Amino acid sequence: MRHLDEYRDPAAVHVVLRRIEAAATRPWTIMEVCGGQTHSILKFGLDELLAANIRLIHGPGCPVCVTPLEQIDRALAIASRPGVILCSFGDMLRVPGSSGDLLSAKARGADVRIVYSPLDALKIARQEPQRQVVFFAVGFETTAPANAMAVQCAARDGVANFYLLMAHVLVPPALQALLSDPECVIQGLLAPGHVCVVTGYRAYEPLAARYHVPIVVTGFEPLDLLRGVLAAVRQLEGGEAHVENQYERVARPDGNPAARAVLDEVFAVADRKWRGIGEIPASGYVLSSVYAAHDAERAFGLESVTVEEPRECLSGLVLQGRIRPTECPQFGTRCTPDHPLGATMVSSEGACAAYFHYGRTTETAGARH
Amino acid sequence: MAHGGGGRKMANLIERLFLPAFDSPVLTALGDGAVIDVGGQRLAFSTDTFVVSPAFFPGGDIGSLAIHGTANDLAVCGAEPIGFSVGLVLEEGFPVESLRRIVASLADASGKVGAPILTGDTKVVERGKGDGIYINTSGIGRVRQGVNVAPDRAAPGDVVLVSGPVGDHGIAVMAARNGIELETTLLSDSAPVLPLVRALLDVAPDTKVMRDPTRGGLATALCELAIASHTGICVDEANVPVRREVRAACEILGFDPLYVACEGRFLAIVPPAQADAGLAALRAAADGAQACRIGEVTAENAGRVLLRTRIGSHRRLDRLSGEQLPRIC
Repeated sequence: MRHLDEYRDPAAVHVVLRRIEAAATRPWTIMEVCGGQTHSILKFGLDELLAANIRLIHGPGCPVCVTPLEQIDRALAIASRPGVILCSFGDMLRVPGSSGDLLSAKARGADVRIVYSPLDALKIARQEPQRQVVFFAVGFETTAPANAMAVQCAARDGVANFYLLMAHVLVPPALQALLSDPECVIQGLLAPGHVCVVTGYRAYEPLAARYHVPIVVTGFEPLDLLRGVLAAVRQLEGGEAHVENQYERVARPDGNPAARAVLDEVFAVADRKWRGIGEIPASGYVLSSVYAAHDAERAFGLESVTVEEPRECLSGLVLQGRIRPTECPQFGTRCTPDHPLGATMVSSEGACAAYFHYGRTTETAGARH
Repeated sequence: MAHGGGGRKMANLIERLFLPAFDSPVLTALGDGAVIDVGGQRLAFSTDTFVVSPAFFPGGDIGSLAIHGTANDLAVCGAEPIGFSVGLVLEEGFPVESLRRIVASLADASGKVGAPILTGDTKVVERGKGDGIYINTSGIGRVRQGVNVAPDRAAPGDVVLVSGPVGDHGIAVMAARNGIELETTLLSDSAPVLPLVRALLDVAPDTKVMRDPTRGGLATALCELAIASHTGICVDEANVPVRREVRAACEILGFDPLYVACEGRFLAIVPPAQADAGLAALRAAADGAQACRIGEVTAENAGRVLLRTRIGSHRRLDRLSGEQLPRIC
């Protein structure tokens, strides 16, 4: 796997670090959007290695973190119905709803299963025609095409007992919401590389222009992230603001046409509530009317509820990059991965979990920035 | 499930429920095995229960695993095995042919380790009340004269060695369980570590600590040892051996190889004067060619493990809360 070595090569990494240091004549604040990028930055200690005048803030690109409490409660309600098999990616199982998480529901006897792919859930539906199989469809545009395809196959093959509990969210509207906030401090953005592999990055061009913010499509390895930062810094120093693609080896301007076609066919865009941020218009997917029979919310007749977040949880501010995890009074004390107050402490892509796991404390994190 | 994952939740369960209830100084030492003195001869005593699914995986099966696991716990206490007990819990309907294969595997493994199965028990539970087969093994062994290993003996300046590449077993089982096919077959590293332990102790009899990193992987074992000995441990990422195939599978699944279980490896904390000889002896032994020096024990950062990354930054290695879960996107 050469790319694991090349994109983590210490010598190459330090060349780019020096270039960033040479290029940045003043402080810049750059947000990496994707939770996977956040984790990579912390895992490889890139924040420790970067010049002191580059401040990285962490964005809302953690789909588990932004799935609203109500949706988790719906998943819990569905999982506890007899005859239901609730399938999910592993991470969702530990996120607390109003009354426990899916793992505790599993321990109490609900049939909750970890799957690696929605097609695994579809397979279970085929194998167990008497049961209702619900797949918790969480994620950004990266995971959406596979979920759409699973529904397409289910519809085509008459697998009527396969449903999606929809919780998909879209990146560009979220960035629009962040950038349009008068208190926004983001000067440059590292756009999520894998989302752009699917969608392409043309949708980011109006954002760069309207808010005068350079947007660099960036990958996940240390060299990718640092090259992304370098590109953003160079634009900022030159007063430019356009979309640039650092992740050229997989991301193309128009993305993956086949994936986009499936998304257009199976899903429709709708308003969505983002946990910790609030409702963002046209920021999520629902099943289009043709596929409505596979919509879990419709099938299980769940009422719409509004749930209040625990007031001490400041996930929302973390997700918007307003505070660092270590600036939350609950961090590491009342809120840890063992007893999380919110999703950002649980999800493997959550900023709070990353800070906790990789040992960032107020001393190590706050001091530099 | 998190309470069995080898991480913090399991540690808390042990510390808060089991230790106070059982109130036993030997147990509280939380070694891989219990070391007790019987008429002037130190004996090591260990038990382990095996619930691996699938029962058959590339590189082994629950039978060989059950013997190797307990034999290895004895070996890292510095003990030569005397014999084992085997307890079987079979689910109604478990195929006799599978049982035959597993029994052959148990026998073969015990023969290779050089200690017989002395006693056993069999139970059958109703269909649906057991996952095919569970096996408990216990073992006793004679602790080698002059060897004194315990989790709390690490001291600043000591050297940390690992006997081979980490993460093989956990990934092999994960791949087999989930039908993940890669171009190369990932094999579990399930094997007895005793020959390597002997080779090490022959030249480094003052070895202070040994542990076999099973659930929770190398990182968890190091965290436990740092806590037990109230020292820091600093590890060089570049020196931790991981097979390319394991690294690749971990990348796909979003796992960290440092937290993935091994079943045929051990780590040793050795005084600096004996470290070079110890490493050379491991590398000269069969299956020890990839043994490495991975780090050292420090006075700073007591109770914590620090990783020096390949690119020169640092991060803390902490215990996981529960189990690693595969990533989403």
